[in-house]
Order: sequence, then C-alpha cells, then structure tokens
Amino acid sequence: MTEHDHIKLPEGSIEKTTTTINLGPTHPATHGVFQNILELDGERIVSAEQTVGYIHRAFEKLAERRPLYQVTPLTDRLNYCSSPINNMGWHITCEKLLHIKTPKRVDYLRVIIMELARISDHLICNSIVGVDTGAYTGFLYVMQYRELIYEIYEEICGSRLTTNIGRIGGFERNFNDIAFQKLDKFLAEYPKVLKEFIDLFERNRIFIERTQNTGAISADRALNYSFTGPNLRAAGVDYDVRIHTPYASYEDFQFNVPIGTTGDNFDRWQVRNDEMWESLSIIEQAYRKVQEFKGAEAEVFHADVPEYYLPEKEDVYTKMEALIWHFKIIMGETKIPVGEVYSCVEGANGEVGFYLISDGGRTPYRLHFRRPCFIYYQAFEEMTKGSMMSDAIITLSSLNLIAGEMDA
Amino acid sequence: MSLTNDRVKQRVIEKFGEQVTAFSEPYGMLTFEAPKEMNLKVLNFLYDDEELKFRFLTDLQAVHYPDEKGRELAVVYHLHNLVDNVRIRFKVFTDISTPDVYTATGLFSGANWMERETYDFFGVNFVGHPNLKRILNVDEMDYFPLRKEYPLEDQTRIDKDDEMFGRG
Repeated sequence: MTEHDHIKLPEGSIEKTTTTINLGPTHPATHGVFQNILELDGERIVSAEQTVGYIHRAFEKLAERRPLYQVTPLTDRLNYCSSPINNMGWHITCEKLLHIKTPKRVDYLRVIIMELARISDHLICNSIVGVDTGAYTGFLYVMQYRELIYEIYEEICGSRLTTNIGRIGGFERNFNDIAFQKLDKFLAEYPKVLKEFIDLFERNRIFIERTQNTGAISADRALNYSFTGPNLRAAGVDYDVRIHTPYASYEDFQFNVPIGTTGDNFDRWQVRNDEMWESLSIIEQAYRKVQEFKGAEAEVFHADVPEYYLPEKEDVYTKMEALIWHFKIIMGETKIPVGEVYSCVEGANGEVGFYLISDGGRTPYRLHFRRPCFIYYQAFEEMTKGSMMSDAIITLSSLNLIAGEMDA
Repeated sequence: MSLTNDRVKQRVIEKFGEQVTAFSEPYGMLTFEAPKEMNLKVLNFLYDDEELKFRFLTDLQAVHYPDEKGRELAVVYHLHNLVDNVRIRFKVFTDISTPDVYTATGLFSGANWMERETYDFFGVNFVGHPNLKRILNVDEMDYFPLRKEYPLEDQTRIDKDDEMFGRG
C-alpha cells in the first residue's frame, strides 16, 4: 500500500514518474526574470524548457523612432551590469556609420571605462557563483569595489547603473581630477582584493567540487551554439572581439586572452577571474597613455565633429555656432548617410553586436542588437541534461544570464 | 594565405554562378543575396568549403521593406570565419504573403532562438524548425510587431488618461 493507491488512473495510462519544477520567473537563484520548467527524475534533470521575455521592452521597435543619440539610453538597459560597454558599442557603431574618427585620447578613456565595466560585471557574476554554492562572503566583500567603480562612472557622467555615458564622437565632458583620483585608488587597492577573493574560493573544497565538471560544454558545441565571450573561451576557443576586430584602439594594448579547457562552471569562473587581471593591466596601460598627452592634446575628450557631437550647454547659450549645431542635431537636420553597418564590441558576456540600417533618415530604419545572453541561454538544456538540479543552479549563474540583455 | 572578400566572392560565384547576386561591400563587409530556396545550399557551401569555413553564425534577423513588392522581408545572416577572421553578410528575400524560408537549425544549433525571435517579430516561417513559436512576445499575440505597418503610439495623443504616469 503506497499513499497514492486511492488515485484511480484511467485504464491503460502510464503513471508519470517525473516531477515538474518551475524554476523562476521569481526564483532567487535565477537572478533575473526568466523561467525554467525542469522535468526531474529524482534529483536529475530529464529536460528543461526555458521561457524568456518577461521584461521584453521592444527596444528594436523603440529605436526606430529615436534619433541616433537617443538610442544610447536603450542600450544601458541591455546588460545593466556593464552598461558603459553597451553605450560605447553603440557610439562606435554610429561613428562607423558616420565615418567619424575619434582621437586617441578618447579611445584610451573609453578603454578605461569599458574595462572598468568588464571588471564590475565579472565581479558580480563570479561572486554570485559563490553565493549559489553557499559562500556569501566573497559577494559582500567585493561589492565595495563595484561601488568604487560606480563612483568613477558617477564622476564622469553623473549616473551609476544605467550610465548613458559618452556621446557620438567622445565624452560629454573631460574626466575630472576626482575621477582620476578614484581610479588611482582603485588600481592601488583592487589587485589585493581580487587576489583575496580568488583565494577565498580556490582553496575552498566545497566550491571546487561543486563547480568542476558541472555544466560543461565542448568547444564544438559552444561554437555551434554561437557562444562568445568568457563562456566560449572557457571551452577553449580564443575568440575575442578586442583581438579579432579591434575597436577603440585596442590594438595599442598588450594583453592575454585567458582560455579554459573543459568549458565547465569552474573554467568559466576561472576565465572571468583571469580576464579581470588582464583588464586591470589594460586599464593601467591606458591610464599611462592618457597621462602622456601634453598641452592641448591632454584636454581632448571628443572628436571635432560639430554636426554630430552635441555641444556643451554653456556654449549653446553663449555661442552662435554651437546654438546652430545644437538646433540642427536636435531637429534632425544633419545628414545621416545611407548604409548598413554591423559593429561589435567585446561585452562582458560576449560579442555585443549592433546591426544598424540607415535609410538616410534621422532615426535608424532597423536596428538589431546581438545579445550574447539570448543566444547562449538556449544551450542551457543541453548543458544540464542528466545533471543534478543543484548543478543547474550554478550553471545558470556561471553563464551570467542577464534578463535585461536577453529580452531587449 | 588569408581569405579576402574578393576570394569569397569568386568562390561563391564559381559554385552558384548567376544565382547569387547583389554583391556589395558596405563598410567593408561582403554582402550578397540568393533566392530564398537556396539559403540552405549557400549556407552549407559556406560552412563546408575547405577554403571558406564560415562556421560561426554571429547573428540572424529580418528586415521589413514594405515598398519592395514581392520581396518585402529580408532574412539576414551574419557569418564569421573565425580562422581567417572574415565576416560576411548573406541575405535572402521573401514575399510577405508566403514568408517561408528553410531553417538553419540543422547547421547551427544557435539559430534556434534567433529564428524564433525573427518569427516572433516578423512572421518569417522557418520551414523545418523544431519549435517555431513566439519567444519574447506573449503567445496570444496575433500580429508581428516589428513589421513597418505597426507604428509606435503617437506621443502627442491626448485621448488617453495618463495621469497616473505623469503625462496627464
């Protein structure tokens, strides 16, 4: 006699022996609004079906009514853990379309910001992997350095999370002294913290055993699934947009592309850590290059393109020419070339691409965001099939799925 | 020997002759198109050819051109040869009344959701797709929102009570 004996099944029916579990959309371990319908046999996953789209905001449609400079705030809200990279990616796309060449100093400042954003993104991802394996300390410890990065953003653009940083052609203002002081502080203190953070986990047997050999994907499969970024590199493919298609003068910097071998959760975690070291080195190199500019060159923070670069407000009120350009840009009277551009940057999650079609109007005719999260989340079922439910949770966080980027 | 756009063009023309058309290089990326029935043949050739090796699908999306009668929808593939680091763009056009295009999921697992997204927003029917249903929009939706006939709401409209949202 089992407890279900009173249930009378219709004749000929087969009793369902698996359990259906809804992981999400509001489960704390999904770290975002998306759902997994897991079919479990005991604690093993038989199949997983993902549902996304809970925070879809139709950015591609919205962008069709916005002039180029108004699309930037939309890109903030894709991967909001590293919005500056998306912002810069969008500016670089527009600059490609408009044939704008940015000065070296602008490029280097952009590199500093983008690498800071990469660090803050990886920091969140890796510490969340820690949280999901039961180690909360690392997460709380590194949070103060993300805070410091946000303070640097704040000095540059005034906001912290959805940064809307920069303009087409450069930055809205030059970096002030406080920004550089905070950057100095970050560069001085962060290596020690990162070292400690890594030691905290690498010497923790529970963490190692829970991440190694779980959620693995082979290089072939990862490529076939169009993986990019740290998740592809963890599988052993050294594809990095910064090397393959350099933008913002990345070719001027020396850095390594860390790769893993097995593509499991631990390798992804490891690759992200190594990338943070490389990012630190890139920031230092860029900072040194920025300091080398002397005289008038040291004040350059945007390209000389008055027809696309929004002038400073003070100039708009006091100078005739700036007022005219301001008017022309806002009213959409500057000439936008006809053409189609695909431009991409190495986002914290992988290749963030912008496919922009312009018909000569002031707004994009069509804009498509290549969102790395969206593309690699579909591999989740393959990566977790047959594994334990608790491994799936870690896989979910180590893939660094950001709902905002997935749903656009 | 590094692969160039000219070489890709030459190889594709050698194989498909007159059927591949509209070669251009907007902003340095080789772009061409083929009849929609040929999309898998071309993708397979680009994938398998020992010299071309376009084995990475960067992105897949559609574009709606309402004014081009008979070829209103374009399905655009961005492909990447990671060995020689060459990117190309390949398009197929379809009319909007029978928007059937063969699926690329057999070749690229990653095309699965990209095609679902394209279906969701443009209604391109990917023939042979294992699970072609809406992905970002609600399942009950009965139109394809990114087509040009669906404009965004007029921002100047006054018939709507928006007091709660600060526009009233």
